[in-house]
Amino acid sequence: MEFVNTRGPESGEPDLRVKIGSLELANPVMTASGTFGYASEFEELMNLQKLGAVIVKGISLEPRPGNPPPRIVETACGMLNAIGLQNVGVDRFITEKMPYLHGLNVPVIVNILGGSIEEYREITKRLEGVPGVAGIEVNISCPNVKEGGVAFGGDPKMAAAVTTAVKEVCSVPVIVKLSPNVTDIKEMAYAVQEGGADSISLINTLIGMAIDLKKKRPELANVIGGLSGPAIKPVALRMVFDASQVVSIPLIGIGGIESAEDALEFMLAGASAVQVGTANFVNPRASEDVVDGIREYVLEEKLDSVREMIGGLRLDWIR
Amino acid sequence: MPQYQEKTIVTRVEHLSDENVRLTLKAPQIASACKPGQFVMIRAALGKDPLLRRPFSIHQADSSGHIQVYFKIVGRGTDLLAHLKVGEEVSVLGPLGKAFTIDKDRPVCLVGGGLGIAPMLYLAKEISRSKTGSTNGDLVILGGRTKGEVEPVMADFDEIGIRTLATTDDGSYGTKGFVTELLKSSDLPANTQVYACGPEPMMGAVSLWCEEQKLACQVSVESVMACGMGACLGCSRPVGDGKYVHVCLDGPVFDARELKWNS
Ligand SMILES: Cc1cc2nc3c(=O)[nH]c(=O)nc-3n(C[C@H](O)[C@H](O)[C@H](O)COP(=O)(O)OP(=O)(O)OC[C@H]3O[C@@H](n4cnc5c(N)ncnc54)[C@H](O)[C@@H]3O)c2cc1C
Ligand SMILES: Cc1cc2nc3c(=O)[nH]c(=O)nc-3n(C[C@H](O)[C@H](O)[C@H](O)COP(=O)(O)O)c2cc1C
Ligand code: FES
Repeated sequence: MEFVNTRGPESGEPDLRVKIGSLELANPVMTASGTFGYASEFEELMNLQKLGAVIVKGISLEPRPGNPPPRIVETACGMLNAIGLQNVGVDRFITEKMPYLHGLNVPVIVNILGGSIEEYREITKRLEGVPGVAGIEVNISCPNVKEGGVAFGGDPKMAAAVTTAVKEVCSVPVIVKLSPNVTDIKEMAYAVQEGGADSISLINTLIGMAIDLKKKRPELANVIGGLSGPAIKPVALRMVFDASQVVSIPLIGIGGIESAEDALEFMLAGASAVQVGTANFVNPRASEDVVDGIREYVLEEKLDSVREMIGGLRLDWIR
Repeated sequence: MPQYQEKTIVTRVEHLSDENVRLTLKAPQIASACKPGQFVMIRAALGKDPLLRRPFSIHQADSSGHIQVYFKIVGRGTDLLAHLKVGEEVSVLGPLGKAFTIDKDRPVCLVGGGLGIAPMLYLAKEISRSKTGSTNGDLVILGGRTKGEVEPVMADFDEIGIRTLATTDDGSYGTKGFVTELLKSSDLPANTQVYACGPEPMMGAVSLWCEEQKLACQVSVESVMACGMGACLGCSRPVGDGKYVHVCLDGPVFDARELKWNS
């Protein structure tokens, strides 16, 4: 099978390639939806070509204006956001954003959000065949919109149904992005695998809240928001590990990843690839730094491939 | 637009008052590319807490590769920055955002309130540099709550040679009262370009008055920011009809008429 966007392994170059269903990536590092705009924002500050894949801001059928400000607030080692999935809508995305993204020659995964199964299906149909679209990430887990998002993300039957509906109308791999705001992540992961997902990415943000004591009011206009950043990493690691116990499709780990070390921990826990999110705001080069760091690690540890790390967690010392 | 994530070196820390600090950084790349009205995002800590960078307008930039920010200590990030020592390294991202538009043939009036004074020094310098004719009709009005906010920077403005007036809320320096009162009594020529930066109510009042007087007015506004570069969509500001602009990309400098002011 051919690897897309391949630069290795040439002589002496470490093998960083990983597979997400039929999608083959030059390395396991992607940018998390909603934290990397439409990629052009970062072109002055990093080498976009070094990314395993770019995942763009969530797209809905119709344009969405988003929530009133304040939309973000910093919390301990993290942040809360209530952007409300502001986006230009799928049609403008295809005409205005996709040509640039296609030109990057890096796999582009489009994150989609719908208010109903029919909407998810319609967005996917419109993206089918658009040059450059290498995968679809189905967001059933955004805490910041009333309809859609959360309802699908919390109910295994609905999550599976959305997955199946999207799968039916597209030819590229489908990644389903899970919400951590559930009682049993294993049940959700299993359900979307059964629904036909090619891969599962996790986690989206944790529902949270911050209060301004002086003003005695919530910090966010939306009252609640999604928690992201280093603060959520332990939760995300556990959920990736849990999911890896029940599914056989590749997992993509997300949550507080800032460095190669963070990324490799997720791979040990069972992730085939990772996404860098909030870290992009702090260090616009974060995702590139993670790629470089993984490369160094694979060289230093003399691994045949970074794939050796996937699910390599040692549990044998536990008696 | 060139943008850099630069490791800068602290070359000077000035505590202008209990709360107000001026930081000089050796930042050759940013200094060579920036314009008045643009801002930078500064990382206050090396670790994970506080996590996000903090936005500051560029107070001055020079040809020897230095930039300055002038800020007020309001929380943890600014407190950490205030305790930096000469020689320490800080990560700065910039220049970001839209700059002020300068028309070298028009008289100008610059209005800075509180820490809104910060971008005005750089702007005043660029205006005086770009003007070939007289700056006699030009005016700078600086206002603060007390003396400490205004007095320490007066000498820098005086050097430029544009007439500069000061006001303080408590009358401890300059005339007592608000900048808007001075502005209204200052009899500006009809084609004056007004520039304003300061607290929201002040900018609202200035822009309203400019609209009545049919004077062009550019304002520099603030918003909570995570990325400063258009990636997070966090820095939204309503412009009416359920629409938003993003302060880091569409601004921070706007034509005052583009924005919605709560009066
Ligand atoms: C484009 C832009 C330019 C700016 N230029 C300057 C400048 O030149 N000088 C200067 O002193 N400040 C400036 N600010 C404001 C500055 O960014 C904040 O004061 C700073 O982020 C506070 O960080 P902190 O960690 O100390 O405060 P935090 O601990 O985060 O918060 C403490 C208090 O400060 C308030 N605060 C936080 N962020 C902002 C903000 N963006 N604007 C206003 N209040 C805020 C909070 O609501 C809270 O009450 C600018 C802001 C923007 C968006
Ligand atoms: C400002 C912001 C916007 C986001 N927008 C989206 C989105 O549109 N679609 C989506 O699936 N996830 C979105 N997310 C979630 C991230 O993709 C990611 O799952 C989450 O932030 C956890 O990773 P992190 O801790 O590395 O940021 C957003 C996160 C942030 C902080
Ligand atoms: S601060 Fe992130 S988009 Fe403006």
